[in-house]
Amino acid sequence: MISVTETARLGFRALLRNKTRAFLTALGIIIGVAAVICMVAIGEGAKARIQNMLEATGTNVLIVLSGSTSQGGMRGGFGSQPTLTWEDLRAIQNEAPSVRTAAPLSRMSTPVISETATWTTTVHGTTPEYFDIRDWAIVTGTGLTQADESGASRSAVVGKTVASKLFGEGVNPIGQSIRIRESPYTIVGMLDEKGQSGMGSDQDDAVFVPMATFGARIQGGLGKFIRGQIYLSAISPQATTTVEQEVTKLLREKHRIPEGEEDDFSVRSIAEMAGAMSATTTTLSALLASIALVSLIVGGIGVMNIMLVSVTERTREIGIRLAVGAQPGDILAQFLVEALTLAAIGGIIGVALGIGAGKLLSAQFGWSLVIRPDIVVLALLVSGLVGVVFGLYPARKAARLDPIDALRYE
Amino acid sequence: MALIELRDVSKIYVSGDTELAALKNVNLDVEAGEFIAVTGSSGSGKSTLMNIIGCLDQPTHGTYTLSGQAIAGLDRGQLATIRNHFIGFVFQSFNLLARTSALENVELPMIYARVPPAERRKRAREALERVGLADRMSHTSSQLSGGQQQRVAIARALVTRPPLILADEPTGNLDTKTSESVMTLLSDLRKTGITVAFVTHETDIAAYAERLLVLRDGQIVRDERTSQQSKEPT
Ligand SMILES: Nc1ncnc2c1ncn2[C@@H]1O[C@H](COP(=O)(O)OP(=O)(O)OP(=O)(O)O)[C@@H](O)[C@H]1O
Ligand SMILES: [Mg+2]
Repeated sequence: MISVTETARLGFRALLRNKTRAFLTALGIIIGVAAVICMVAIGEGAKARIQNMLEATGTNVLIVLSGSTSQGGMRGGFGSQPTLTWEDLRAIQNEAPSVRTAAPLSRMSTPVISETATWTTTVHGTTPEYFDIRDWAIVTGTGLTQADESGASRSAVVGKTVASKLFGEGVNPIGQSIRIRESPYTIVGMLDEKGQSGMGSDQDDAVFVPMATFGARIQGGLGKFIRGQIYLSAISPQATTTVEQEVTKLLREKHRIPEGEEDDFSVRSIAEMAGAMSATTTTLSALLASIALVSLIVGGIGVMNIMLVSVTERTREIGIRLAVGAQPGDILAQFLVEALTLAAIGGIIGVALGIGAGKLLSAQFGWSLVIRPDIVVLALLVSGLVGVVFGLYPARKAARLDPIDALRYE
Repeated sequence: MALIELRDVSKIYVSGDTELAALKNVNLDVEAGEFIAVTGSSGSGKSTLMNIIGCLDQPTHGTYTLSGQAIAGLDRGQLATIRNHFIGFVFQSFNLLARTSALENVELPMIYARVPPAERRKRAREALERVGLADRMSHTSSQLSGGQQQRVAIARALVTRPPLILADEPTGNLDTKTSESVMTLLSDLRKTGITVAFVTHETDIAAYAERLLVLRDGQIVRDERTSQQSKEPT
């Protein structure tokens, strides 16, 4: 066998001679690799985001929703008939031993007006326990108190985004007055920055008022049912399963659901939801990556096809090389290196393109992107392998040519 | 010991159920340094004989010994090595690599002989100078005349310093004047001790040789010494 550099030089020259064809052939590999890289990066990004959500919300947090799982309980009970009562909330707080604390949470999207600006945000009605459950600190001011709750005071706590939208960046909002649905509220606290949620929404774009006030002034009466969810925290992250069992048992009793009937509520732990979501994401990205892999193989078939054409076209060249003393192995290596180079260059361009496309998509749709170096290396190795595997047959065909027949070939 | 020894060599082509003997029981001895012309009518087996001597093809029967080495039974790789080290080929249709410079064409056999690049380039230049193409080294085949292409092919054949050069109708595609310059080159080679055998249809080209083989129907029907040197420049 002649030296590697010599063989590589031959391969490169043959490719450079037919740049357009080489590029078109490599395109299959380029697209395949780009798709793999892009899919995996987006999938990994989604997983990382779910993990963030889990950490941001708290591993020991659970949510109780109205309606059964099959009625879309996971969507937060919106649209489903409320089934959770204030009595249920009290029972959960007092009778479930593994529950540390619980709080109701109702939401309403509505404009909030300051002296200088109007900003439409989500106004939440909840009790002081909620901030404890979410492990969400007040950075300035006092926050909501039990006194606010029992007196149904018009106090409000704002997130960072709302504060800056209403009063400007860096302005202390404490003591300022805002109007929500015709009623004036005084801002008593600003929450620590929480950033994006697992779903991609800005958690700091929120206003919190006492539940009692929310019920009376925003919702138009508290009523018997909680129009929203119950947030609760387990005494430890390990206790979430126990909490689920305790709360389910308790609420079934309260709601007098007979044995064998479906729950009219659902209890979900954040960890469980994150797990389910990341399982879905994993399945989805595995599916997309395998489709991308198929296109990589199709790209390999393209390489084989062009290499076969190339061997036929260059039969006479092969004959000349054999006649002056090239070993069959030299010819094999020459064509194999050509196929490998083609696939490897395709792989490198594909990686660049995949990362570029991933960045573009994530910028466009606000997805997060995680580029794993091991996947990049793997994609390059696979495209190299595709080159070798699909280049082998044409290269062997070239190496097996009979010198006389090859020289006579027109 | 003769350089080439053919004993009872036959080449039989089978197509369907008809057998065609391109060579029939050929016996031939060629000593080192001979200058041989092979003639005969079309289809008489001249190319077949050259291909077997040149280790491009294997005989169906008989033995072939080149420089003491038995050729029958060698594999493709071993035959390639022998072609590379012992034989230089010149073809009727030149058989240069397209879109490749004269210099690189001449370097080709040395690539497969694992000659280091610098040495390769130097020897290729010398070979091209020797065939009078010092000013055409970077020309590609399409930029050269037929005679020039054939001289590049001769340079390629001699650059590995083989003991044997085989030429199958080297002047077949050339006009009379160019043919003469190519034949002059070949007879000059022979003076350096290289054995040269060539095929031709033309008697005046055959007249350059010192030994004449005439083939008919796959057999050597005449084998004679022709001591003429008249066409050689003095
Ligand atoms: N690959 C082959 N398959 C079948 N028959 C062949 C093959 N190669 C050569 N022959 C036959 O062998 C015989 C000798 O062919 P060869 O090429 O040696 O003749 P030649 O003397 O060189 O003729 P020319 O002067 O036309 O070149 C011819 O009849 C030819 O048809
Ligand atoms: Mg012939």
